[in-house]
Amino acid sequence: MDERSRIARAAAERAARQSYGKLVAWLAARTRDVAGAEDALADAFAAALERWPSAGVPERPEAWLLAVARRRGVDTMRRRLTSEAARGHLQLVAEEAEARMANDELPDERLRLMFACAHPAIDTSVRAPLILQTILGFDAATIASAFLVSPATMGQRLVRAKARIRETGIPFRVPEKAELGDRLDAVLEATYATFAEGWSDPTGTDSRRRNLATEGIWLGRLVASLMPDEPEALGLLALMLFAEARRSARRGPDGEFVPLAEQDIALWDGDLIDEAEALLVRAAQEGIIGRYQLEAAVQSAHTARRRGGGTDWAAIRQLYDALLAVAGSPVVAINRAVAIAETEGATAGLAALYVLGDDKRLQDYQPYWAARAGLLARLGNIRQAAQSYDRAIGLERDPALRRFLQGEKAKLVGN
Amino acid sequence: MRYMILIHADEAAMANVPAETTYQMSAAYGAYTEALKKSGVWLAGDRLKPSQATTQVRMSNGKTNVLDGPYADTKEQLAGFYMIEAADIDTAIEWAARCPAASVGTVELRPIWEMAEYAAKAG
Repeated sequence: MDERSRIARAAAERAARQSYGKLVAWLAARTRDVAGAEDALADAFAAALERWPSAGVPERPEAWLLAVARRRGVDTMRRRLTSEAARGHLQLVAEEAEARMANDELPDERLRLMFACAHPAIDTSVRAPLILQTILGFDAATIASAFLVSPATMGQRLVRAKARIRETGIPFRVPEKAELGDRLDAVLEATYATFAEGWSDPTGTDSRRRNLATEGIWLGRLVASLMPDEPEALGLLALMLFAEARRSARRGPDGEFVPLAEQDIALWDGDLIDEAEALLVRAAQEGIIGRYQLEAAVQSAHTARRRGGGTDWAAIRQLYDALLAVAGSPVVAINRAVAIAETEGATAGLAALYVLGDDKRLQDYQPYWAARAGLLARLGNIRQAAQSYDRAIGLERDPALRRFLQGEKAKLVGN
Repeated sequence: MRYMILIHADEAAMANVPAETTYQMSAAYGAYTEALKKSGVWLAGDRLKPSQATTQVRMSNGKTNVLDGPYADTKEQLAGFYMIEAADIDTAIEWAARCPAASVGTVELRPIWEMAEYAAKAG
């Protein structure tokens, strides 16, 4: 494919996806029937992906999709929903759509759909897949391969979740301010899960998983643009952009793991980092701190090297203190211990790690053992450090990271 | 939409609570039922007699089999129900959370299969 047709294809995909999600959201919000809305648009979406790259994106993409959907799909939908009530409703939806298309843009109801998909009554594990399917039009097989489950299982989960939205009576609305907190968390969590699934393939060799990181950012941008005054929505987008900015620096020329402190800053994407910084500043203006802003701020402190300074460990330590208070987890506690080691010395860091040792979950957690090994090595406790490296190596699934840990251990024994 | 609020409680534990607690529970249920009725969401609701008063009925080979005791032997038993009218699951959850049983037992929410949905399925 030459450059021009690749650009045309990307533009068409972007436009189709924007319009697709908007139409699914708009139709489903009226019927609570997500599967029905998807069925109605499936052919039209496929046709758009086929036609728009060569013919160009139509002036009104939504009107185009709806017209094709009506011609191809609505008959099927009519046959399926033969009750009088449903038929009347469908008629209404179609007429309403036409009336609106003629006048103005389709109202953007994707946020409402996202809140329905991430509703507490929907199983946590299916929320992100459901959002990918309904908002972005991904098929079950693609989502399944990205989330490492079988297509049949993923298909079943998605079908079940959509039936549940309809039958349980899950509303399509953005929750009121009083209850927004937890509910927005669920939407952000699903968005972040999408990104994280893609992030776990650092080399980007598996293009489907790498795309998932891009989709996570896309969803993050969508939520941030639809809720521009929600500091955590901005914080999450900043966090993802900071991480994405360092993607090409995470592996060396031979695919070897490069720890953050040794990454070549010339490989970081400066534009993405600047955008992330600006988002954090905007979020801070709202004066409500939260998990994602804090995590993004940690990333910001780590990128300080770019401006010629060293990594600001004192700031990182403080941010982890705050994170522990608002969203404490063993993972946060380990990172905090590492920051303590950098500011107060390895002994203090190790003490902070040992306090966590009672937590059973950490026994099988690679970063805990790697952090422990690193600090023990720094204190000259070679034997215990080597044992901890062995534990970490045994727990790590990523071969590049495993080789890195083996290398660290070899340096110890070699000395 | 109509929803059933199914109340499950541990009968054995309930039998051992002091009279004062029982009295407070009744008062709480009274107030809750009143609130449901006042806001117009209440459709039906009652407390069930203990599960030992249950009788199972099954037909096989033309004979009626009658058994003493509940269908399933569980830690918590079905103790009562409400039927309410609510716009969506969020409103139903709000009401279920206010039910006195939500603090001591388990409250289950089930949507009711409406006649209109049968019609849609049959098509």
